[in-house]
Amino acid sequence: MLTLTHVFALVGALLAGVAVLDARERRWAAAAFRTILAAPFLLGDQILAAAKSGTAWPAQAMGLGVIALALLASRSRARAAADDAEAAAARSASAARLGNRLFGPVLAIPAMIFALVLGGKHLSIGGTALIDPDQLTLIALGVAATLALVAALLVTRSRPIHALTEGRRLLDMLGWAAVLPMMLATLGAVFTASGVGDAIASLASAVLPTESRLACLLTYALGMVVFTAIMGNAFAAFPVMTAGIGLPLLVARHGADPAALGALGMLTGYCGTLLTPMAANFNIVPAVLLELPDEYGVIRAQWPTSLVLIATNVIVMNVVVFR
Amino acid sequence: MTAYWPLLGVAVVVAGFALRRNPVLVVVLAGLVSGVAAGMSAGELLALLGTAFVSNRTLLLFTLILPVVGVLERAGLRERAAAWILGFARLTLARLLIAYLAVRQLLAMFGLINIAGHPQTVRPLLAPMAEATAARTLGDLDDDARARVRALAAATDNVGVFFGEDVFLAFGAVLLIQAFYDRQGIHLEPTSIALWALPTAIAAFVIHGVRIAIFQLRLERRLARKRDEGRC
Repeated sequence: MLTLTHVFALVGALLAGVAVLDARERRWAAAAFRTILAAPFLLGDQILAAAKSGTAWPAQAMGLGVIALALLASRSRARAAADDAEAAAARSASAARLGNRLFGPVLAIPAMIFALVLGGKHLSIGGTALIDPDQLTLIALGVAATLALVAALLVTRSRPIHALTEGRRLLDMLGWAAVLPMMLATLGAVFTASGVGDAIASLASAVLPTESRLACLLTYALGMVVFTAIMGNAFAAFPVMTAGIGLPLLVARHGADPAALGALGMLTGYCGTLLTPMAANFNIVPAVLLELPDEYGVIRAQWPTSLVLIATNVIVMNVVVFR
Repeated sequence: MTAYWPLLGVAVVVAGFALRRNPVLVVVLAGLVSGVAAGMSAGELLALLGTAFVSNRTLLLFTLILPVVGVLERAGLRERAAAWILGFARLTLARLLIAYLAVRQLLAMFGLINIAGHPQTVRPLLAPMAEATAARTLGDLDDDARARVRALAAATDNVGVFFGEDVFLAFGAVLLIQAFYDRQGIHLEPTSIALWALPTAIAAFVIHGVRIAIFQLRLERRLARKRDEGRC
């Protein structure tokens, strides 16, 4: 059965392969960065299993690795490879020659994900599912990326090594931004374990006039936005804000409808995601990927949408939640 | 009595981002400060960092797309995307981005979240198409205008996926809401939660669509003014 472990092994192989290229060019810092980053993908299951059974040292070694990654990242600079005129001319010529065939592999990725998500449940050999049904979309992404890579190499008549060198070109461009989403999720776990959420919820409820329905609603909505912006993730903010303010004050005291409150509260949190560099994979990674001069450029492009939508959500909540 | 010392970690994050220090370093430092302030031992904190980092490794799966995109870019994918979109004579920047927003929201409603995204669709396809369409209808773009167009393309992808998700079918967030209420003794059908995402989905489409149209109008005026000044 194909499981997420196989997909992780692919990521590990990519990172390890790029690390070998770096080492051959004596770019030791980059090689070290990618070797450490490959560890959770090649050894992740073993690290988690050991931690569960009470052996702490593999997880602690990984923790040291996280600190080492941060130190390596802080010393690295994003290097935008200079685009020479010769390469640009070659690309235009190749684009004219290959035409729309270039779109095939890119469009094949969503098409294959679509097909696997819909049909993957029914694929089986001798009664065992071919793809782990619990992780269908992520495994589909891995399968689609692999098959699309083969198609891309065939269409462009590139040599297989170009998969690694071109992958490295884009990873170099991302630099530290590539690892930021994982780092932020790790910070979220540390915040949760050290009680940051409870502290924020108790601060919010301490200053709140509880008899005013509107004040409670505003605190809940804005609390979702602010807490999501701090954690970079509405999923972390939702349980804290809803247990702290939503249920005791809005549902129990003012008779709010929990279904509408939950859905609209969560989506108000999503507005916070649009505002924060902590949601790195949505806001910082694309700014680097699109070579924007300002790493907050994507946030600048979306904050007005977010603010208007927060206001709209509060109005909708005030109308539908207290029916 | 709630302990407030772990909030120091939040302060580190806010200060670090405000001072524009390296985000990765800021984040790890904030985690260490927060953990120490909560009274964790060095061993506990390292193990927590390690397991949390490993548990969140799905966030790096997008790197599997990079070799595909890189190989195709080397063969001229972005140049081809720009040339192809110019074949649509009536297309404007606003129409292109609003159409993308609608498709992204609809696909996300059916749970197809990973089908598009910054590495797989925005960088290789949407951004060069947006730049090319804008340059054709509005005239040559300067560096600042090009960066703004690209940033708006990325923002459009974010708005589409965030506010399409959760409507109709029960995915991630809806199941999380349901599971949370379940633990609190409130039992709800996933669909009864998901339907309440519809007003926000429609509002997000309208608000962001209007903003795209305004963006195009402003850019057009700014570029026209610049051309006039150039002529004098």
